[in-house]
Amino acid sequence: MRFAVSMLSVLGIASIIGTVLKQNEPYENYIIKFGQFWFEAFEKLGLYDVYHAAWFLLILLFLVISTSLCIYRNTPLMLKEWKTYKEHAAEKSLRAFSHQASYSVQAPAEQVQTKLADYLGGQGFTYKLKPQDNGDVLIAAKAGTHQRLGYIFTHAAIVIICFGGILDGNLPFKIQEMLGHKKIEVLDIPESQVPAVSRLGISNPSFRANMTLPEGVSDDVAFVRVRDGYLVQELPFRVALKDFRIEHYATGQPKSFESDIVITDPELAAPLEKTISVNHPLIYRGIAIYQSDFQDGGSELKFKVWDLAANKLLSGHIDGVVAKKGTLGTGDQALAVEFNEFRKFNIMNLSPDGKGKPRNVGPNTTYKLRDQSGQAREYVTYMQPLKLDGKTYFVSGMRETVQEDFRYLRIPADEDFSIDGFMQLRQAMRDPAKQLEIARHLSKQSPTADPKLQQQFEQSVQRLLSTFASGGFTQLSQVIEKAVPEAERQKAADTYFKLLNASALEAYNLNLAAQGKPAMALNPQTLAFLQDALNAMNDLFYYGTPYYFQLDDFKHKEASGLQLTKSPGQKWVYLGSALLVLGIFSMFYIRERRVWLLIKANTQEVLFAMSSNRKNLDFDQEFDRTQQQLGQLLS
Amino acid sequence: MNTQTYDFKQKAIWQTLRVQDWLYALVLMAGAVFAYSRYSQYMDAYELGFLFGAAATFSYLGWRWKGLAKLVIGIAVLSLFAINLYHGSQARAGESFFLKYLISSQSAVMWMNVLFILAMLTYWFALFKRSEFIGRVASALTWAAVLFGFVGLMVRWYESYLIAPDVGHIPISNLYEVFILFCLITALLYLHYESKFNTKQLGGFVLLIINAGVGFILWYRFDRGADAIQPLVPALQSYWMKIHVPANFIGYGSFSLAAMVAAAYLLAKRGILATRLPSLDVLDDVMYKAIAVGFAFFTIATILGAMWAAEAWGGYWSWDPKETWALIVWLNYAAWLHLRMVKGLRGPVLAWWALVGLIVTTFAFLGVNMFLSGLHSYGEL
Repeated sequence: MRFAVSMLSVLGIASIIGTVLKQNEPYENYIIKFGQFWFEAFEKLGLYDVYHAAWFLLILLFLVISTSLCIYRNTPLMLKEWKTYKEHAAEKSLRAFSHQASYSVQAPAEQVQTKLADYLGGQGFTYKLKPQDNGDVLIAAKAGTHQRLGYIFTHAAIVIICFGGILDGNLPFKIQEMLGHKKIEVLDIPESQVPAVSRLGISNPSFRANMTLPEGVSDDVAFVRVRDGYLVQELPFRVALKDFRIEHYATGQPKSFESDIVITDPELAAPLEKTISVNHPLIYRGIAIYQSDFQDGGSELKFKVWDLAANKLLSGHIDGVVAKKGTLGTGDQALAVEFNEFRKFNIMNLSPDGKGKPRNVGPNTTYKLRDQSGQAREYVTYMQPLKLDGKTYFVSGMRETVQEDFRYLRIPADEDFSIDGFMQLRQAMRDPAKQLEIARHLSKQSPTADPKLQQQFEQSVQRLLSTFASGGFTQLSQVIEKAVPEAERQKAADTYFKLLNASALEAYNLNLAAQGKPAMALNPQTLAFLQDALNAMNDLFYYGTPYYFQLDDFKHKEASGLQLTKSPGQKWVYLGSALLVLGIFSMFYIRERRVWLLIKANTQEVLFAMSSNRKNLDFDQEFDRTQQQLGQLLS
Repeated sequence: MNTQTYDFKQKAIWQTLRVQDWLYALVLMAGAVFAYSRYSQYMDAYELGFLFGAAATFSYLGWRWKGLAKLVIGIAVLSLFAINLYHGSQARAGESFFLKYLISSQSAVMWMNVLFILAMLTYWFALFKRSEFIGRVASALTWAAVLFGFVGLMVRWYESYLIAPDVGHIPISNLYEVFILFCLITALLYLHYESKFNTKQLGGFVLLIINAGVGFILWYRFDRGADAIQPLVPALQSYWMKIHVPANFIGYGSFSLAAMVAAAYLLAKRGILATRLPSLDVLDDVMYKAIAVGFAFFTIATILGAMWAAEAWGGYWSWDPKETWALIVWLNYAAWLHLRMVKGLRGPVLAWWALVGLIVTTFAFLGVNMFLSGLHSYGEL
């Protein structure tokens, strides 16, 4: 008994460990988290997969053994209690009951006996008559003894559930691994090269394996992840993915994941076509195939690439495939482009206060640019401009290591929601010829007519623009720091800032004029655009690369993640569960009560005794009621 | 010689039914048939089973507990009235007087919150004053809170279909909604024991935990804006949700109630409020009964969860943190029941254990979502 409670507590506490420490993560994560020493110590303890660790299974085994022993020891007793009426109770012991009473009766004994028997029957009791040697009659009655079955059911249920669990666990593999017959594969090699020692045959009775199928691809193996490696599970059939679909709600959240799969099997006359989705698996030959997740299956991406270092507006194209590599540039300057990810839908909450509704902001893609020395920066770029603080921007993030968050560059979209306006503006402000033109335009607007002053002004505007073009605001502030005494720096900075804004407006209008468009209207929106554009030009110095990738077009190709399980223990677990519920309800809601009525003919007395294996309020109340009713009946 | 005959024969439930009981069942069945005739093409076999199963279950429960029957009818009338006021447009929630101030889902839930708070204060006042009348007022306030809460959920269910037909779903899918469910189920369980044991003295205690839930709902709504109806992620689109979640919350509700009764027990044992509270035996009995109900339903819920997991995640048991904590809660109360039923233990040890059980249960219910990540990531804070 005490052992049972301790077992339950130990199991509970042991289970906590696996919820606190995230299980089955890649081992590098644990090393980063704990350091090498603790990583190894924890690995020895099996803490990264607690629920399959030998010590945990041992606890479960103890639980099963102790429960089995309980059943073995108590079942005969319970069955005896279940069957018996305890009709051998002696008068003396009945009188010693805490719940007993006696009545004197006038009616003849047979009549009393019928009355009492009827009464007990009406109360749901079954009874047995036992004439005593001295002529008395004992009516021994019982009700609710099915409660005893509850004990057997619940305890048997635990054993059956654990048995089912063991059938579905990886115990056979663990034993084979211990004997050296099987070994996990830790290298990332093509499936066909995985040696037999890391393969599980189709006769493997139970497994839970994963399979990633790009559209149009088929396979007949799945992978079982074990610790920091994997096993190859061979399948008795071949699964092909015809199509994978994600449907979305109007708000952009995913609504359904569906895979059209085709199963080919020598045993089948024709391939079996079936659509599976979350909550709707396919069970074929004892193997259940589930829609588990999805990933990119090699989407084709087309980018427009701006070379921001070029002296003129220069853009080209690059095509890529997700999970593949490309190159950009030539010679020493060549960069490897690793196309890591493409996401067609991105649900984000862009409202300023964070309280608005999340919505789909369109596709984005993640790629790395790696230089010849192996240094890489990671970029994320959104295809469509995003609305942030009421303005639209092309957004691209950069980070140098995976641990960092992305730092975002925001390029304001022009009135056509295009990036071109910004690119042209930037180019105009960097081009020496245009800088001169801008300076002239600005000086024309100044009130002074003195040509010398005007020329000075033009020169200083040109200097300002080339300084900004070569190093942004930082460069500008360095120039101010060098040339201007401290007291006047703020004023100088303000002047430069105004001039820069005015120049940007001129530059933008020059571009518009060149395209035959009317000049920019001066309003808060356009001023904000220019301000944002200047900020973006400045931020580009920290973007880490002169190449700006703009996703132009894509051909989305998905891969469906399937999970395949064979679980022969499932029906045992369900059987155990049914027994458990049945047992619990019988234990709680069937109350075992026993009544003895000893009819003493010669003393004209009826002795009433009542007992229950659980003393509680309900029993006290029932005793009181019965005692009272018997009193009325016998009076 | 006694000529009087007594009929002590225990009657089956249908032999005790009055006309209004049959009428009640008939109304429920008619409602189910109406729903079937109109919406059966959108329901699968399981959901049809639930529809008629619900009519049968609530008929039976209403027969056993007449108060519940009145509540069910009240919920039906008010909900249908509210739904009728919508004219199929969500904007009406802010236009129609009744909807805006009373029975749109948000207003009804707010009324539930207010009524629960008032009920708690009134229960404590009744306990302090030893007043039977004030106790009855508190009880009425609790019934009203439950009525408004369920109307709120029903109307919310309808509102979800107004957003878009494919968004529509039973409102027990996120933390905000299940907290409402938690308050309602705990209150109903309490009201049941209140009538069964004919004692109103425990109301103040049980409503403490309910109002903790109310506090959460208010914070979650006003600080986090979490009251918006969100469409279901694919994993939750299953008929299993309709039985798994309520079964779970009968478990959570009962365990919480038991813990509150345990607190009362421990106070009474120390002589605090002892003369105002029911006897220790009664407290002990209520605590046991609540834990028994909780354990039975928690077991069912966990099994249903396992069966759902087998369908959605590819295995009936994945040692996901939520699953594991459900097991821990289960083990905890299994140990409690062993001590009580097999060892016959009574008294403060079990009361303390039930209180600690509340911490374990709360962690399984909330803590897992807050601190641990896993497959059950529907209700993040």
